[in-house]
Amino acid sequence: MTNSWTDIRNTDLVVIMGGNAAEAHPCGFKWVTEAKANRGAKLIVIDPRYTRSASVADYYAPIRQGTDIAFLLGLIKYCIDNDKVQWDYVRGFTNAAYVLKEGFAYSDGLFTGYDAEKREYDRSTWDYEIGEDGYAVMDETLQNPRCVWNMLKDHIAIYTPEMVERICGTPKDKFLHIAEMISECSTPTKTMTSMYALGWTQHSKGSQNIRSMAMLQLILGNIGVRGGGMNALRGHSNIQGLTDIGLMSNLIPGYLNIPTEREVDYPTYISSRGFKPLRPNQVSYWQNYPKFFVSFMKAMWGSAATPENDFAYDYLPKLDLPAYDVLRAFEMMDQGQMFGYFCQGFNPLLSFPDRAKITRALSKLNYLVVMDPLETETSRFWENHGEFNDVDSASIQTEVYQLPTSCFAEDEGALVNSGRWLQWHWPAQNMPGQAKHDTWIMAQIFLKLKQLYQEEGGVFPDAMVNLHWPYADPGEPTADEIARELNGYAVETLRDPNDPTKVTVEAGQQVPGFAALRDDGSTAAGCWIYSGCYTQAGNNMARRDNSDPDATGAYLNWAFAWPANRRILYNRASADLDGKAWDPERKLIEWDGEKWAGYDVPDIPPTSNPRDVGPFIMNPEGQSRLFTRGMMRDGPFPVHYEPFEAPIANVIAPAIRGNPVARIFESDRESFGDAAEFPYAATSYRLTEHFHYWTKHVWVNAVLQPEFFVEISEELAAERGIEKGGWCRVWSKRGSVHAKAVVTKRIQPLICDGKPVHIVGIPLHWGFTGAAKNGNGPNSLTPFVGDANIETPEFKAFLVNIEPSSGPATA
Amino acid sequence: MNMEISRRNFLKGAGAGVAATTLGAFGFSEAEAAFVEGLRAYKLAGTTETRNTCPYCSVACGVIIYSKGDLEQGTAQAMHLEGDVDHPTNRGTLCPKGAALLDFIKADTRLLNPKVRRPGSDQFEEISWDEAIEGIARHMKTDRDANFIERNMDGVSVNRWTTTGFLAASATTNETAFLTYKTVRSTGMVAFDNQARV
Repeated sequence: MTNSWTDIRNTDLVVIMGGNAAEAHPCGFKWVTEAKANRGAKLIVIDPRYTRSASVADYYAPIRQGTDIAFLLGLIKYCIDNDKVQWDYVRGFTNAAYVLKEGFAYSDGLFTGYDAEKREYDRSTWDYEIGEDGYAVMDETLQNPRCVWNMLKDHIAIYTPEMVERICGTPKDKFLHIAEMISECSTPTKTMTSMYALGWTQHSKGSQNIRSMAMLQLILGNIGVRGGGMNALRGHSNIQGLTDIGLMSNLIPGYLNIPTEREVDYPTYISSRGFKPLRPNQVSYWQNYPKFFVSFMKAMWGSAATPENDFAYDYLPKLDLPAYDVLRAFEMMDQGQMFGYFCQGFNPLLSFPDRAKITRALSKLNYLVVMDPLETETSRFWENHGEFNDVDSASIQTEVYQLPTSCFAEDEGALVNSGRWLQWHWPAQNMPGQAKHDTWIMAQIFLKLKQLYQEEGGVFPDAMVNLHWPYADPGEPTADEIARELNGYAVETLRDPNDPTKVTVEAGQQVPGFAALRDDGSTAAGCWIYSGCYTQAGNNMARRDNSDPDATGAYLNWAFAWPANRRILYNRASADLDGKAWDPERKLIEWDGEKWAGYDVPDIPPTSNPRDVGPFIMNPEGQSRLFTRGMMRDGPFPVHYEPFEAPIANVIAPAIRGNPVARIFESDRESFGDAAEFPYAATSYRLTEHFHYWTKHVWVNAVLQPEFFVEISEELAAERGIEKGGWCRVWSKRGSVHAKAVVTKRIQPLICDGKPVHIVGIPLHWGFTGAAKNGNGPNSLTPFVGDANIETPEFKAFLVNIEPSSGPATA
Repeated sequence: MNMEISRRNFLKGAGAGVAATTLGAFGFSEAEAAFVEGLRAYKLAGTTETRNTCPYCSVACGVIIYSKGDLEQGTAQAMHLEGDVDHPTNRGTLCPKGAALLDFIKADTRLLNPKVRRPGSDQFEEISWDEAIEGIARHMKTDRDANFIERNMDGVSVNRWTTTGFLAASATTNETAFLTYKTVRSTGMVAFDNQARV
């Protein structure tokens, strides 16, 4: 979230598309109700199903899953065609005026540089024209046909209301009604918020779904303002924290990167991370990258990370591929290239696509370690449960360790909510049986492995034996100790660079924030964006002052928000070019002639002159991007691509299947179905009574929603002869499941490209452990392909067939 | 009837626990004192209130857990949970999942002991923590020593381990996450991922 849950109260218009907040985030959705009741805000819901959110919306329109980009680019076109643009914002705060390099072009669904063999672009032309002064060339009159604004207008010209209807199945009058409501937010005093979730991310072009809405929000001037923003409603309690801390193949905490093997040494690695400003006077904050990187290396390897050894650069693994993401990991297992796997509070057997492949892959491992407070299907993947897990135990040679862990009620530490608040919690009870904290388990595994290497020797033990492990009890590091590491501390005494007689931080003390971090090894910080969360003054994440002056929704003294306790990102953009609030009623920060101040921590150096320094300080432009240069694999502008399994061909580029640069493993090529054999468009989702695969273990929730079902329209039920409440079988190219049929008016057939499209809705909460009835789920059916940029699987749009049946062989 | 009413009012004012011991002093009969002793005390009396956060979605509603016993002595047991009215986001409310969290804490399928399933077996067997940790570390070392890549074909130092992977959670704390990060990265493992991906 750029904003926070409590900020939603400030909005005029809520758009829920790619999510279902009333169902999946009920207590956060209350802030929508608050805005409706107190400000007269309106709610628009756009979804293939008439959802719980839709039931309280002011306006609802259906859309076929996997066509959001066409809809969103249609909205952008509507706003531009009807002059519903916040011009001062677009001219001042976006790259609309930047002139694009000669050679960049787009036609028939592809940009310049496509290599069909490699499914990859050469992105060298996707950039700005650079002038003789070394800065990007701009045409502030927006007359140059090659400036971003004009190139964008050309690019989206095809997405007319008629085309939106043809692709999305959204009736033209409904689309236009929504376009009109949204376009009203182009005035400086009306704000729209976008609330989205996995309905946008779980597509082969998920990143571009979100980017399309972000572009619309920029054109309407809705980023950085109260009641605006791009608000990802994250699904799990600390999914934000795990992402921030970089528990991903290619990440270092705080959104730094693991080196590739082409970056053979530290100077090479850091040379491509200069982030030289693209316009005069810009902050380009990533210029501080070396300070954050070196401080991280000091947190990892302490005294073993020295200037002489480039701060232990050799200890980091070097990647030969963009990432070893989960889809690649399971592909490697299946190909016999991976032999061991750990699952820490994760249930991939049910959570990943193409369950048959996941079972096959796990069965080829030598060892699997599962840490969890609850039974999981993954830890019992080798156990036969009839139709619900039809395996031959004797033929599976994997050794499986199942380790009992604490749950939230027994644990201490911080969780990061969707709005980036780091909130501390405390243990209320002791762990049952022999369960242990994850921290204890990780420490024990680490210490034992280190001991084995010290006693026996082995391959490259250096990074393990030198790992900085400064805990009072090495076998059980405390949450308090680790939180201090994350914040960062002075390794040596820090002095004011302008006055070396002045000590700013004594050696061993906590740093006050990331501005204190240095690239000479004198500071250590586990995750730079968290600096300030645990200072010399104490644990700021444990703060509980819920006062909110003037009811802005900021709650600055409640817990701690990254970065620097800032509650709304890009908040300098809440004020006009001279630093006055766009909307005096919704003041956030303003320029008082000398500095920026207001209700939030300014997202700009506080003394930056408003006319000189742009609000988007993380970008070398100082401005936001309607055109994103070569930063995304599938294009600098979004394009409508169909899902890999779609009920119709791509009407704007019929030869292209799916996203043209999404990765397809050779072994999966035959596993995609087509509309002739699988005519129905399926999607997966969750229910308000359940949380993924956890709450089937909870008696109350198991009673509330005891049994697997699928939802279909009355028309599809009639077409296939399926009875309300009767059994049906749903199958894809990859698997087959039995489910009870919920026949409902909440799902209606759509007309896309002249053909009727039926939708099959598949909720995901059942398995073969827990208190609910046994059931299979959507991931027995889903395809093994991910988003072109970040490999999030395409769970939300795939093809199935359906027929009446007699139910599972065993219940 | 009058006695019934007065007793009810009396109990309301003083609390059941106090009432039982002082009834005699007010002249109640033994039979009535015995009846009052049979009433249970308020469930939340004498409990410890702990601030916590709902572990499900990222709204991160504040919850208050009430527990009996003593954490230091290993006897603390949660017995009630409710929304935290002072929390700015949820203001005391909980959804159908959060409201049932006590049943998660006390689920019949909570894991209690380390277990191992040997190759080809159709069941888990209980093992000690020492056996589990030793077995896991041995597997890791065997695989790592056999498959770790120190240099690529160009002779560049790459120090990566591609044959064991780690899938981290999404409901563990930042502190668990960072300790996990340190441990996993120090081994050179690259197939490292978490729930953010899906």
